[in-house]
Amino acid sequence: MRLLTFKGGIHPHYYKEKSKNCKIKKIALPEFLYLHLSQHTGIPSKPIVEKGEEVKIGQKIAKESGKLSVPLHSPANGTYMGVVTYPHPLGGRKEAMRIKVNKENPEPFKEKKRDKISDIPGEKLIDIIKDSGIVGMGGAAFPTYFKLQVPPNKEIKDLIINGIECEPYLASDYRLMMERAEEIMKGVDILRRTIKPENVWIAIESNKLDALENMKSSASFFPWAKFVALKTKYPQGSEKQLIEAVTGKKVPEGGLPFDVGAYVQNVGTAFAIYEAVYLSKPLFERVVTVTGNIRHQSNFLVPIGTPFEYIIELAEGPIGKISKIINGGPLMGISQATPEASVTKGTTGILIQNEKESISREPAPCIRCAACVDCCPMKLLPTEIYKYIETDQLERARELGVLSCMECGSCSYVCPAGIPLTQQFKVAKNRIITKTKGSK
Amino acid sequence: MLRISPAPHISSKVDTKKIMWSVVGALLPAFVYSVHIFGGSVIFITLLSVISAVGTEYLFGRITKRKISVSDGSAVVTGMLLAFNISANSPWWLPVVGSAFAIFVVKLIFGGIGYNIFNPALAGRAFLMASWPRIMTSSWAVPVGGGTLSGLPTASLDGVSQATPLTLLKVNPIQSIVESLNSTYMLKALFFGNVGGCIGETSALLLLVGVLYLFIRRYADWRISLGYIGAVFIFSGMLYYLGKTPVIPLFHILSGGVMLGGLFMATDPVTSPVTIKGRWIFGIGGGVICVLIRVWGGYPEGVSYSILIMNMFVPLLDRISEKSIFGR
Repeated sequence: MRLLTFKGGIHPHYYKEKSKNCKIKKIALPEFLYLHLSQHTGIPSKPIVEKGEEVKIGQKIAKESGKLSVPLHSPANGTYMGVVTYPHPLGGRKEAMRIKVNKENPEPFKEKKRDKISDIPGEKLIDIIKDSGIVGMGGAAFPTYFKLQVPPNKEIKDLIINGIECEPYLASDYRLMMERAEEIMKGVDILRRTIKPENVWIAIESNKLDALENMKSSASFFPWAKFVALKTKYPQGSEKQLIEAVTGKKVPEGGLPFDVGAYVQNVGTAFAIYEAVYLSKPLFERVVTVTGNIRHQSNFLVPIGTPFEYIIELAEGPIGKISKIINGGPLMGISQATPEASVTKGTTGILIQNEKESISREPAPCIRCAACVDCCPMKLLPTEIYKYIETDQLERARELGVLSCMECGSCSYVCPAGIPLTQQFKVAKNRIITKTKGSK
Repeated sequence: MLRISPAPHISSKVDTKKIMWSVVGALLPAFVYSVHIFGGSVIFITLLSVISAVGTEYLFGRITKRKISVSDGSAVVTGMLLAFNISANSPWWLPVVGSAFAIFVVKLIFGGIGYNIFNPALAGRAFLMASWPRIMTSSWAVPVGGGTLSGLPTASLDGVSQATPLTLLKVNPIQSIVESLNSTYMLKALFFGNVGGCIGETSALLLLVGVLYLFIRRYADWRISLGYIGAVFIFSGMLYYLGKTPVIPLFHILSGGVMLGGLFMATDPVTSPVTIKGRWIFGIGGGVICVLIRVWGGYPEGVSYSILIMNMFVPLLDRISEKSIFGR
């Protein structure tokens, strides 16, 4: 079988064998939930319940505010205790809605099957998706309804469903594809009906061919689906690289997938869309892989707002001492200052590292080996850009395309001198963007 | 306390040290064979060269109170490559002075590993060549011992046992010599390694074997080598066709330092371009300059100067080939 792929990339050890066979398990509710008002890209949600008010599972407790925002729904029956500042998994302390869970009344969400789904027009489907608080579940948490509003002058040729999950260790998407294939495909069907693409591609990496087969087995219901296997390589799941691999087209610099007629959604998002449309169930829980140096590798179905430490405890704690807790995968994930941070809609996994694993290399001088140049999926020259950032020539760094850097971490990963290239680019990007804004 | 650091939280196992020691390993087959054909003096010269290189770097670190960088192995590589560039018959002080110059003047003064403009071993050789030209060009070791890798007896063409084939070509390109240089016998001897020359210039085959490992692990870029050796082959072929050089292109790529230079010196990461296009131009440009020197220059051999000249153009080559950004 010919495997599709992009140019560049790296081959880290994947460590998926640890967590991939752990079935999705719903966890018991914690005592308190902390729902961050900002858990999507865009403007934070606004609480619409009063302090002390009883809330029900699935109830809308915060509404969208502004153009790029989504509502929040309570993951449990309980009492709303007001807004507190609480550790955010993306760093710092942010405003979060504190809910005291009613442990006496842990009734599950009552699903309401919707009738005649095939009669619901596209705009109505987008409204349902918006009202259900759905965001991109691959980690970026971009509001899905917003992404579905394709500009009228753009036509979507290729809808690509991202089942790549190229970050090492993580297996939440894989588990969904193994256990909920038909539901995912129903969600994809909704996407298909909203944006009306010519082709629908289901893209899965070659190290998850069983998931590909499993998804394919539902294909008789969905004859429009085209399944493609992609080479196992990081960052194969990155939007632009996935489009390049599947369609051969390159999204222009500073452009959007629309510009090449492509549209990418994650399998987890498709599943959330299924639940929202078919079962009237808003997004208030998600699958989180708990892995690494932990006793019980797990894929948990976790209520949004659950503190990490509670989940780590449920996985029977770390083996030895915890040295690092990472929100997400090891290449793009964010290390936590405290184990308290709570799960958001973008939390794909919790990775635990021990002392030895968490030590980063002492940086040495660049030997110009160009390993970073060869692996950069955006075809940048990391070592050259780094040189200009080091000497404070931000304008040159911008000319060399530092703003195209998606911070995938490949260059830092391969650098034999242990130079934190990705981090430098992140800082430089922020400085360039602030500067440009300031001068306007 | 939790450890906090920016992503990524994992890294590849390949570091500078591993790359440098792999280069040392890749040079070993040719080294061992050189000991076999030239005798124990090869060990003596190489050891002196390495000790001088490492010692210079160590002393520099001590005196300037900088971090001592000896353990990264790059000084060992420089020492070895310098030894590979001189004759096994050299006086003991030649590798000592050459390596000290290479490390101190060419590498450390420019800022140490990663900051040097010129390949230290090649610049060291150029320095020796300029300072002691007679020693550098007239004391070629003669292969000793009978049974060689190719099963050929020691090349005993007229004069070949004293001078290298390239010297012969430069000083005395008479019909009979040219004929013997172009003979299958000579080409075989060059390929398997059975003629006079520098310590590292003997067996093209064993250099290829060593570098293959570096190519596979991507510690050296095959594009530079292919560009360099390919350019020597094609350009010398054109000149052969035009009657400007009497020897065939195969002789050009197998003789002298083309293999050692094209495979191990031009591919030095520090002194070669980082862009893919730049690497091609670098390799091809070097090969062309090498042939120009061999055919029209004053020296019989042009490998080291060709690479040193291309070293100077590296920043320029990186600059003119930088625009290949995704989607631009």
